[in-house]
Order: sequence, then structure tokens, then C-alpha cells
Amino acid sequence: MKIEMKGINKAFGSNQVLKDAGFVLEDGEVHALMGENGAGKSTLMKILTGVYTRDAGTVIVDGKEVIYKSPQEAEKAGIVFIYQELNVLFDLTVEENLFMGKEITKGFGICDKKAMRKKAQEAMDKMGVKIPINAVMSDLSVGQQQMVEICKALMVDAKVLIMDEPTAALTQSETEGLFKLIKSLRQKGVSIVYISHRMEEIFELCDRITILRDGTYVGTEKIKDINMDDIVRMMIGREIGVRFPARDAKIGKEMLRVEGLTKGKTFKDVNFSVKAGEVLGVSGLMGAGRTEIMHAIFGNLPFESGKIFIEGKEVAIKNAREAINAGIGFITEDRKTEGLLLEKSISENIALANLGKISDKSVVKKSKVDELVKKGIDEFHIKCFGPDHECNNLSGGNQQKVVFAKWVYTDPKILILDEPTRGVDIGAKKEIYSVINNLAAKGVAIILVSSELPEVLGMSDRIMVVHEGKITGIIDAKEADQEKVMTLATGGTL
Amino acid sequence: MANKTAAVAAPTNKKSWTSYIGEYGAFIALVFLVVVISVVSPEFRTAGNFLNLLRQATFNGLIAFGMTCVILSDGIDLSVGSTLALSAVICAKLIMQGVPAILAMIIALISGTLLGVVSGLLVTKGRLQPFIATLITMTAYRGFALILTDGKPISNIAKSIGDRPNQFAFKLMGKGNLFGKIPIPAILLIFALVVFFFVLNKTTFGRKVYATGSNAKCAKLVGVNITKTKVIVYAISGFMSALTGLILISRLDSAQPTLGDGYELDAIAAVALGGTSMSGGRGKITGTIAGVLIIAVLNNGMNLLEVSTYYQDVIKAVVILVAVLSDRKR
Repeated sequence: MKIEMKGINKAFGSNQVLKDAGFVLEDGEVHALMGENGAGKSTLMKILTGVYTRDAGTVIVDGKEVIYKSPQEAEKAGIVFIYQELNVLFDLTVEENLFMGKEITKGFGICDKKAMRKKAQEAMDKMGVKIPINAVMSDLSVGQQQMVEICKALMVDAKVLIMDEPTAALTQSETEGLFKLIKSLRQKGVSIVYISHRMEEIFELCDRITILRDGTYVGTEKIKDINMDDIVRMMIGREIGVRFPARDAKIGKEMLRVEGLTKGKTFKDVNFSVKAGEVLGVSGLMGAGRTEIMHAIFGNLPFESGKIFIEGKEVAIKNAREAINAGIGFITEDRKTEGLLLEKSISENIALANLGKISDKSVVKKSKVDELVKKGIDEFHIKCFGPDHECNNLSGGNQQKVVFAKWVYTDPKILILDEPTRGVDIGAKKEIYSVINNLAAKGVAIILVSSELPEVLGMSDRIMVVHEGKITGIIDAKEADQEKVMTLATGGTL
Repeated sequence: MANKTAAVAAPTNKKSWTSYIGEYGAFIALVFLVVVISVVSPEFRTAGNFLNLLRQATFNGLIAFGMTCVILSDGIDLSVGSTLALSAVICAKLIMQGVPAILAMIIALISGTLLGVVSGLLVTKGRLQPFIATLITMTAYRGFALILTDGKPISNIAKSIGDRPNQFAFKLMGKGNLFGKIPIPAILLIFALVVFFFVLNKTTFGRKVYATGSNAKCAKLVGVNITKTKVIVYAISGFMSALTGLILISRLDSAQPTLGDGYELDAIAAVALGGTSMSGGRGKITGTIAGVLIIAVLNNGMNLLEVSTYYQDVIKAVVILVAVLSDRKR
């Protein structure tokens, strides 16, 4: 199926999201769609699949101009959008999900379970995926849930699959499985639109790439004719310079030491320390227990045994409040459910974490709130209408800057960052790296948990690798490379 | 081209218009109702009736203020009516047994607060859904009120109070007037409104209530004690119910175990009318007072206009439906 989108315009209220956007998708190719957050990738795809209507422009599918009025119409034509937030019914089984709304019946609305099970099993086999079809969705891993979504698309004979950040929540092996599947689909003539921020994946998987900037088409190139710097330049319209800015921090005394931290199978005998001004990178596969270790240190997850020392003194932290009082800050992995009150303003979010600073005997002082929030917006370059801007309407990068601002003003001595640049575009990423460097220069001890290897390698002083809840190695960043870290992360030894 | 700009501009205008309605919808509806009923009923627009109306609004208003806090924290309190009855019965029982009225009233307020704490603990420590937790306390408290009184009303309370200051204090709650005109309950209502406005908007506790209802997970991670915040809002709700109970028994000079039956629904209706989100995090106490007054004006106006009670309920339902629907458009 060949799709051509030309001169697409779209505005939400006074906000012009797309202006002369478009791209051409050829039969049987994997086509990357890249651009910073807010560049209009998802909006363009939602226009294609009939989620949004367009203000101007044409969509031509196999030579015919079309306007799909709903995602169902697009699906009938063979175009399926797999969203980043998966669209599955968690309480139902795999088979029930696959046939939702298109059940096979014996007539009179009575379901033909047998026929559906058979067909579901066939579809799974065809994909080469082993997922029990009577399993309840919520018991599956995110990767498996995604496979079910893809299976659902293939069962309606999808000829075009649109995937938005499909690997964001996948483990390494799940990612590999997904890539294998995508490549085999390509051979069968299925075209795939692949939206991702991860450069490494684009180069491994895609045939061509189209770049959007500020809602406008910038260009399309063959992957083999282009390099990372070109892509970045096209995306942001200027040179970004070095990917990881240099840091000028003196490494001082030990701030945090963890000894023998253990919680059943989740993590076992975890030992490490971080010094003032140091960035300790934490690497490992998804589900290795990195996040759980951090939650345990922060008092948010009880553990069975082990000791935690802050500046040499043993502490017993039972909840987040005590952790904050002890000088720990924690930027969690999931910005949307844990990091922000999404429906609240920037001001309310920054204020909530700093209630002590903005109040006098429990009475909130408006002048103090305004002062702190204004400082945050300036210092962290948060792009917004003002302090009352609702966080929901900020781009991913700016949301993350709000999270940084609220934590930095609690004056942490130790700052734990869990996937701080996930879903953040390249320009904002670099700003976040600079924030990390500035904090380190001020003597904050930083723990940087990240699934992006280049980020860990580029930003850390030392790298700790976790495999199945155990520390398999702590290596100096100068001696580390991708291969060494991956060996440790998969349970090997150096 | 001209067409296109219009298409771009139109949604912005519409949006600001609806958000304006959403922000002040309850007040606009209130003013509208007052004007319409004033025109058709000369009785309605007398000063005497307005004061009367304010006194009638007090019972629902005080409870609805507490309810607002609970709903803002992503909860609900069905037990307010039963809490009211049980605290009122406790107060009356103590007075009948010779406990000084002022002391009995203080004990009743403390009881109401503790009854709220129990609901709060069931929600937090017991991990029950707020609806279920307060359904349990609602049923239990009503039962206790019936047991304490053996199902019979306690009457002639004021007469049984021996000394004058205590008798005066008991009567003051429900029957007292300031300057011989303004009912004490109405003054309590206005005072409570000011206190709730201050607490919800100007204190760190208010911020914690909104944050808890908005995203408890996130609030917890920045050090907000979710358990404490929730228990306190239910305690507030219990206190306000008990206070309302005291005003009621003072006014009726009798405490019945069936007092306050169904009050939770009027309170929830007022909160919803005021635009507070039932899933917490969003809402205003000023909206709630508008909702309370709308219900009071409707009741009062329809009575004066001699609308049949059967129709009154239907009309109330329609008003609530329209208000909530217009709020959803936001």
C-alpha cells in the first residue's frame, strides 16, 4: 500500500500544529518518522487514521484520494495505529481482546468460543509468538501486550502499521523480538511507520526517514545516505554540538552508601556508594530490579535486610517524607503517573514539593510561591504561557523540566534520576544533561538510571550494572563501552 | 482564506465562553433562579424570607463543606446523615443524664470527629473503597443511634437543663438571633465558609488535599502523608455533621435517631452542582455554597409557589442534570 500525504494543515484553536506537513510511504518499507516532541508526528498519523480531521491538504492511498472519518474506516482500509499507551482491555483474556467488537457468533449474539480460539491461535502461530490465548491481559508483560495489539492488527489484514514509540517500555529481548517481527512483516509486504526518539533503533530497522519540524515537512532520506548528526540538524534546524556536554565537578566525600540491600527475588545483596559531585550510572535490562532498588532507598518500597548510610550515618527511612528530610530527591521513571499532577499548573506542582519553603506556619504565602515558580521557569527554561500553564499541555521535555525544578528546590544532597530523558526530544535532552552537570558541580551526588546505553556511557563517572536483582559489576566510565556493559547486563562476566 | 481564519478563531472563542460558564455556572444559575422566583413570588423577595432561606441552607451547607473536602481528596462520605444522628443522640442523652449542656455539646462534636476518623481509617488503613467504607459506617452509626435511644425520640431537652447559661447555650445554636434578626445558624454558615475557603486555598493542608485527589501516587512521592490527609478530611466531615446535628436538635428541641436521613445525597448534589470533580483534585468551596443556595432557593421557592412535592423532586433532578452536563463541557 502506498500512502501520500501532502500539504496537511491542522490547528487546535489558535495553536497551528501542522503546517504543510506530509510524507510518502512506499509498499513494504519501514519508514521512520522523527522530530522533536510537538513536531506533529502523532498528529499527522492521527489525521491519516481518521482520529482528527484536517484543515487542509490531501491524502492519497494507492492513487485514490481518501478521507477516513474514523479509525474504524482506516482499519477497514488496512491502516492500523498502535498507540504508545496500548489500547487493551486489561481484565479480559488475549482471545477476548483480539475479537473485541468483531466476535464470531453462532447467531443471536451467542459467541462461538471454539472458532475464536482456533482463529486466535492460528494468528499467533503465524506471527511466531508464543502467548497463551486464554491468559488475562494484565498478567502479560508490556511486550506481550504489544504483540497482542500487533496480532489484532494483522487479523484485520493490516497493510500499514503505525507504531508510536513501541520500544519505550520493552525489555532488550522483547525489543529484539519486536524487531524480528517487524522485519518479517516487511518481507510480507506490510509497510510500517515507525515513530521513535531512539537513533540506534532507527538505523537498525528503518529503510527511509522523514523528518518533521514545528509541524512542517523538512525532508525524506534513505537511512544509508544519512548519519545521526544530519538527522539532528534536520530535526532542530541548527547544530546541536556535542551530544553530552562536558562536566566540571569535583568528586568529594561519600554521600550515600548501600550495604547488602535485599528483598527476596527482586534484588539481592546490593552494595554501592555515590560521592558528592559524582554521577553513578545504573544500567541493566528492563525488569532487572534497578527501579525497585531506587524505590527501596527512597523509603517507598520495604526491604528485608541491608543498611543505608547517608554521609556515613546509618539511616532508617520509612517513607518519602523521611527520605526528603534526609536529603534525597527522586525523579521517578513515570513522569505522568508519579512525577506530576498532570491536571494541575506548573506553579502547583513546584509548590507541592516545597510546601515548607513557600509557607509560614502552614499558611501558604503567595509571594513566595510566585517567586519560586518564576525562578524555576527561568532557570530551567520551561517553555510555557506562565506559572498557571497546565502540565498536561506541556511537551514531554518541558514536563520533565518541571519535575526537575520541583526536586532541585528541595535542595537534595543525593538525587536519584530514573530514566530522566525518556520520551524527551533531543534539544530538551541536552538541557537536562546540563542540569545534571550543574547539580554535580554544586556537589550533589547523582544516581542516573537509564536504559539508553549511550546516555549512561556519556554522562556517568562510574557505571553500575544490574542483572536479575544483583550487581554484576561497577566499572569506571573511562574503561566502559557498550559491549562490556551489555555483557554484564545479560549476566556475563568481564 | 477568510473562511479559514474564522475556523481557527471560532474554537478559541467558544472555549473561553464555555470555561467562563464552567467557572461561574453555578452562580449564574443561582442568580437566574433568584430573579425568576422573585418576579413570580412577592413573598420570596422579602428580607424575612431571605434570612429564613439562609437558615434552611445551613444544614445542607455545613455538611456539604465537609463533603467538598472529602470529594476533593478523591473520596466520598455517605455516613454524614448517620454521624449527625449519632452525635445528636449522644448530646441529648448526656444532657438528659445531667451533664452540663455545653460539655455535652463539646463531647458530641468530638464524637462526630472520631466517627469521621473511623471512616478515614477504613479507607486508608483498611484499604476499602470510600463508597463501601462509608456505607458501612453509615449503616453502623444509624444502628448505634437507634440502640442508644431504643428507637424513640428524646424530647423536651431544653427544659431538662437546670442552669440558665447552659440552657441559653443549647438554645442559641438553633434558635438564637444576632441583633434579633440574623439567625445564628446563618452566621455559623458564613463563618464556616470563610474558614473552609482559607484552609483550602491558603494553607499547605489545602494543597495536600487537592494533590491527594489529583494524583495520590505523585503526592506521596513528594512527601505528602496521604493517610493523614485522608483521615483528616473524613474527620472534618464528621465534625461538620455533628455541628449540624447540634443545630438541628436545638431547633427541634428533640433528638431523633432518624435525624439527617438522606442528608448525604443533598450534600453530594450541592458539591456536584458547584462543579467539584467527583474523582477529586478539582473544585471550589465557593462552587459548593452556590450549589447549596441553588437547592435551598429551589426548595423555598417551590414551596412558596405551592408546587406539588412530587413535582419538586423532578424539577430538582432536572436542575442538577443541567448543571452537571454544562459543567462537563469544560
